[in-house]
Amino acid sequence: MTLTPARSGTSPGAPAAGAPAPGGGRGTRSARVLRLAGGRLSFAVRPRTAAVYGALLAATAAVFAVSLSVGEYTIPLPRVLWALAGQGERLDLFFVRDVRLPRAWVAVLVGAGLGVAGGVFQSISRNPLGSPDIIGFTGGASTGAVAVILVLGGSMVQVSIGAMVGGVATAVLVYLLALKQGVQGYRLVLVGIGINALLLAVRDYLITRAELTEAMTAHIWMIGSLNASGWGEVIAVASAMAVLLPVILALGPRLRLMEMGEQAARGLGVPVQGTQVTAMLAASALTGAAIAVSGPIAFIALAAPQLVRRLARTDGTALFGAALMGALLLAAADLAAQHALAPTQLPVGVVTAVIGGSYLVWVLYREWRTGHA
Amino acid sequence: MSLERPSAPALLGEDADTADSAVAAQELDHRTSATARTHALRSAGLVVLLALLAGCAVLSIAVGAKAIPLGTVVDALLNPDGSYNSSVVWELRMPRTVLGVFVGAALGLAGALMQALTRNPIAEPGILGINSGAAAAVVTAIFVFGMTGPSAYVWFGFIGAAIAAVLVYALGSRGRSGATPVRLALAGTALAAVLQGFVYGITVLDEFVFDQIRFWQVGSLVGRDLEIFLRIWPFLTAGILLAVTLGPALNAVALGEDLAAALGARVNRTRALVALAIVLLCGGATAAAGPIWFVGLIVPHLARTFTGPDQRWVLPYSAAIGAVLLTLADTAGRVITSGGELEVGIVTALIGAPVFIFLVRRRRMAQL
Repeated sequence: MTLTPARSGTSPGAPAAGAPAPGGGRGTRSARVLRLAGGRLSFAVRPRTAAVYGALLAATAAVFAVSLSVGEYTIPLPRVLWALAGQGERLDLFFVRDVRLPRAWVAVLVGAGLGVAGGVFQSISRNPLGSPDIIGFTGGASTGAVAVILVLGGSMVQVSIGAMVGGVATAVLVYLLALKQGVQGYRLVLVGIGINALLLAVRDYLITRAELTEAMTAHIWMIGSLNASGWGEVIAVASAMAVLLPVILALGPRLRLMEMGEQAARGLGVPVQGTQVTAMLAASALTGAAIAVSGPIAFIALAAPQLVRRLARTDGTALFGAALMGALLLAAADLAAQHALAPTQLPVGVVTAVIGGSYLVWVLYREWRTGHA
Repeated sequence: MSLERPSAPALLGEDADTADSAVAAQELDHRTSATARTHALRSAGLVVLLALLAGCAVLSIAVGAKAIPLGTVVDALLNPDGSYNSSVVWELRMPRTVLGVFVGAALGLAGALMQALTRNPIAEPGILGINSGAAAAVVTAIFVFGMTGPSAYVWFGFIGAAIAAVLVYALGSRGRSGATPVRLALAGTALAAVLQGFVYGITVLDEFVFDQIRFWQVGSLVGRDLEIFLRIWPFLTAGILLAVTLGPALNAVALGEDLAAALGARVNRTRALVALAIVLLCGGATAAAGPIWFVGLIVPHLARTFTGPDQRWVLPYSAAIGAVLLTLADTAGRVITSGGELEVGIVTALIGAPVFIFLVRRRRMAQL
């Protein structure tokens, strides 16, 4: 494993994104190449990106630790560590391992999944507002779930199934309706908007016609909440992540090339159509798993890629960074949701919107004052 | 490029005194007649739309829970005689119809302005934070002051929308390059999320607020009387008048910031005026009827399938199509279900979305 300054002559194995771009920013100029396995595997490492990712990881770990420790029954950190190792009082073991640990894992995993999925959709649609909403996935999932809650009066598992079925069916429908001698990105987005609106109208109809208490249940589900997270949820999200995350991260370099324009990417040998479909399917499935567990938590998918891109000053969408940022945002938001108005438990979606939104406002405010585009 | 069309014949005309004058003149002839044909066609289209709008308005006055024969309706319109039918027509249906026409036109226009300003096809007027600002203010009105009912929400809605829009614009236009499309969109989304979080928080804590707001946020013209229209029409009228004058300036901005500035367009001034028009139009419409976001989103796309990207035509078409869609949807909502009415915000999506998707598939969409 060696670190050498990146020069085009000495980095034959580096991905195209790692080559120093003429006229690139500060970060690009000081890029280094990390080589593994005798140079067969190499990555461009930018100090700023590495520092930002390291900080995000550290912050997530800190939030994770705090969320295991605090609560109505506060456990000091050393006793948390003992409990994790299987030692200590019964009550400590119960709270740390059965109640708080699964919830913290779900927050981190769902946040990472939503962040990556948002990055993929923003990259494919080349639109900073791109999110799983634009192919109607979220609209389908929430209409499916609300229909199960209000019309069938189903259990939480059935609600999750309803969300998945609604989401997948809608995404397929949108794709088929946009299909006409291949799928053109612009048409896909517009068809997605149309279907999304149709579904939301159905959902609003159901909500305005329902009894107040049932409508409230549906409302809270739609905001998104981690209140019911146990080990079953952790296993569900973790297995989805284990399959889908490597696929998406492996497509990252191609997606970045496609951000330069489909023609240019095609010229560089990127199979555009295949990459688009695979990435979108994987990102939709990831979103679906997240929604099934926690409801459609707002704003993580939209904010995480934008925030990490601005903090690390990368040129394109940074998928790995979006995962880290998503995990941190949701973990922090869930911590706040549990304790801000204790003993009232807010749905975490309330806090992601407020914290994520304020943070994005602050980042934009700072960035634009200093003149970075 | 739409801007070139009117000026091209003039440029050719200056060169027409050379040896190629015959060819040039022929070319000029051809171009002028093509332009004239396009103009005639588009004007005719607009006239057809306005006639359609008039028809929809009459339909909206004629159709309702109480069946009144068309002849009686026309009679009551022409000679208001204080009879029961006459008062239904004049006091209930007329204000609601006029409000529907205004709100529809305002939303269509606001959407067209927003999409032209941000050059983003999925931008809708709510992106400036207007819907969430109005929602947050209305929630405050219910939660803090215990107010209920559409006429109590009007001022809260309008002021909330205006404050949110000003904040978004101020945040989006910091720095040297001013309010660029991406900044406005991001600033709007960020602030909208914060306000939405506030609305979520209050509605989760207080069931009464949720019970009120769930009906408001669908978007409806039910129970909107003359008083609401009288409060809100000056804003809508000012917004509509301002909006339709912005076509040429928006055409210049569509060329891209640098080119537009090089051609002498005042990009930042245009952006500020557009934002002002959006606040008047969309703030007024949302205050009166609640957030009907879908009209502003799809109507400009529908307009562009007929007109192409030329904003001088997109804007009036958007206004007319928006008004037709909203009036038609409001009328349909009264008769679709047997018991009670279907809110106009729901019906616009049920009617508008299939039409929209059909057009998206049928035609090559005019991109921004």
